[in-house]
Amino acid sequence: MDHSVVFAGFGGQGLLFTGQVLARAAIKDGLEVFWIPSYGPEMRGGTASCTVIVGDTPIGSPVVDRFDAAVAMNLPSLRKFAPRVAPAGLLLMNTSLLGDEETGRSDLVEMHLQCTDLAALCGDDKLVSVVALGALVARTGWVTPDSVRAALREMAGKKRPEVVDADLGAFDAGFEAGAATP
Amino acid sequence: MTGEREPGAQADANRRARVLMKGNEAIAEAAIQAGCDAYFGYPITPQAELLEWMARRMLELGRVFIQAESELGAINMALGAAATGARVMVSSSSPGISLMAEAMSYMAGSGTPMVLVNIMRAGPGLGGIGPSQSDYFQATKGHGHGDYRVPVLAPASIGEAMELMATSFELAERYRTPVMLVADGILGQAMEPVDLRFRTPERQTFDWALTGAAGRPGRVIKSIDLDPEVLERRNLDLQHKYREIARRETRWEGWQLHDADLVIVAYGTAARVARTAIERAREKGIRVGLFRPITLWPFPSHELARLSRHVGGILTVELSAGQMVEDVRLAVEGRCPVAFHGRMGGLVPTPDEVMGALKALKGRVDRIASPERHAHMAPVSRWHEPPERTEAEPWIHERVRRGGRR
Repeated sequence: MDHSVVFAGFGGQGLLFTGQVLARAAIKDGLEVFWIPSYGPEMRGGTASCTVIVGDTPIGSPVVDRFDAAVAMNLPSLRKFAPRVAPAGLLLMNTSLLGDEETGRSDLVEMHLQCTDLAALCGDDKLVSVVALGALVARTGWVTPDSVRAALREMAGKKRPEVVDADLGAFDAGFEAGAATP
Repeated sequence: MTGEREPGAQADANRRARVLMKGNEAIAEAAIQAGCDAYFGYPITPQAELLEWMARRMLELGRVFIQAESELGAINMALGAAATGARVMVSSSSPGISLMAEAMSYMAGSGTPMVLVNIMRAGPGLGGIGPSQSDYFQATKGHGHGDYRVPVLAPASIGEAMELMATSFELAERYRTPVMLVADGILGQAMEPVDLRFRTPERQTFDWALTGAAGRPGRVIKSIDLDPEVLERRNLDLQHKYREIARRETRWEGWQLHDADLVIVAYGTAARVARTAIERAREKGIRVGLFRPITLWPFPSHELARLSRHVGGILTVELSAGQMVEDVRLAVEGRCPVAFHGRMGGLVPTPDEVMGALKALKGRVDRIASPERHAHMAPVSRWHEPPERTEAEPWIHERVRRGGRR
């Protein structure tokens, strides 16, 4: 069984990094995973995204026609990816930037989270995607939170050890918020 | 204590020990571990990370890395280095490969081993940076002039790309030929878990390499021969070598073929899209299998021909306007319908699109198999309606070569 998620927003929101954290966590859980960034012309239009596919058998198609979950960090991403979420799929909306934007769909599970504000509370609003990852993991259970924490320590620790605690705090804040949101 | 572990537990531990690697970087590291002595390149998206990895690692290891002044410079430096018997590699992406065509012909003509990686992007011309398989013709039918072929390997995953890097060097040295490894931009840019298990092909001493003639007669490596008789003999030798390669080095993989009524032929990323489509088709009761060429040249024609005797129809899926499908049709020789689905410009067929193409093919095959067919034989024109094209399936072409109609 495959699960696919797209992390989409502005460049600089840590989307590719967060996707890689999820991918590494999946490996730690003994799962298969595929990570692919948007490397097409859209990168130059100010939006960035990456797709992560997690599964227990080797990943087939690297292109996804129906995402099981989408993380929309800004309005262009919401417009682009909300229509591509599978029915009953999860749409995580960063309401810090999206306000009360509508998706125009009634068949999705919408999760509204002020990711940017939560990240700022954790010490750095650049951790916005890590907050979203926390909520995603709490809601889907695709990977274990401990594996995500270990992956965060590895990845953040390698370049900037001083930010590891903030990263872990952001993940936990997102996880709690995700678990608490109905 | 080292007590024995259950095999299952060991397998699980191995899975957890895998490392997340980007395709371009994994290919570069696999080349290094395979003993690549010298790398020459010039940056181009979407293979830039391959060159960047080489720039760092080759210097760390005290090997040769040169960012040339152009693709022409890079491949001709590679020709010179390969003539000394060094293990040599060049990489680029589609437009850059076109620039290297002339030297590929010279290397084939002079029998210099070299591995060339093409992380394919969409063309023609400068095109775009999106993933593509539109260099199939270029890779398999000849880049430069003259009667020559080069082995072309096409991995479908990052792990397989690493394994095939070692194979590429082996083939290059065993047959004294350039070898191409082709992957689309997705495989270059994506990350997957891989085992850090590498293979280093054994070193040979070459009786042709230009290593300095002190104490022995000099050797000459050249592609020119102005005597037609001599040149024809050299060409015959080359053709003999290509037959040998075709006989011994053809590689392909089958999946779910045991009970398949329909078969998808696809390589690289397209084969992965096909896998997902096949899973969805089987959920709906359509029995589909996958035939995945790993060597694009030599193309697994005999194996595909054999398969075509047992299946109702074949769908070829590519990130192109339909290039490999020509080799599929040559192999199938009209024994069953061969349909095509592809996308271009950097777009990738989705599993649902492939499902649509499968359903269309199934419709054709069912009509052919239907006993009522004979009742409808007279008004042949009624069969001539072109296949419907929808937005989602813009490149479905079908040729039905059975029952006297197309």
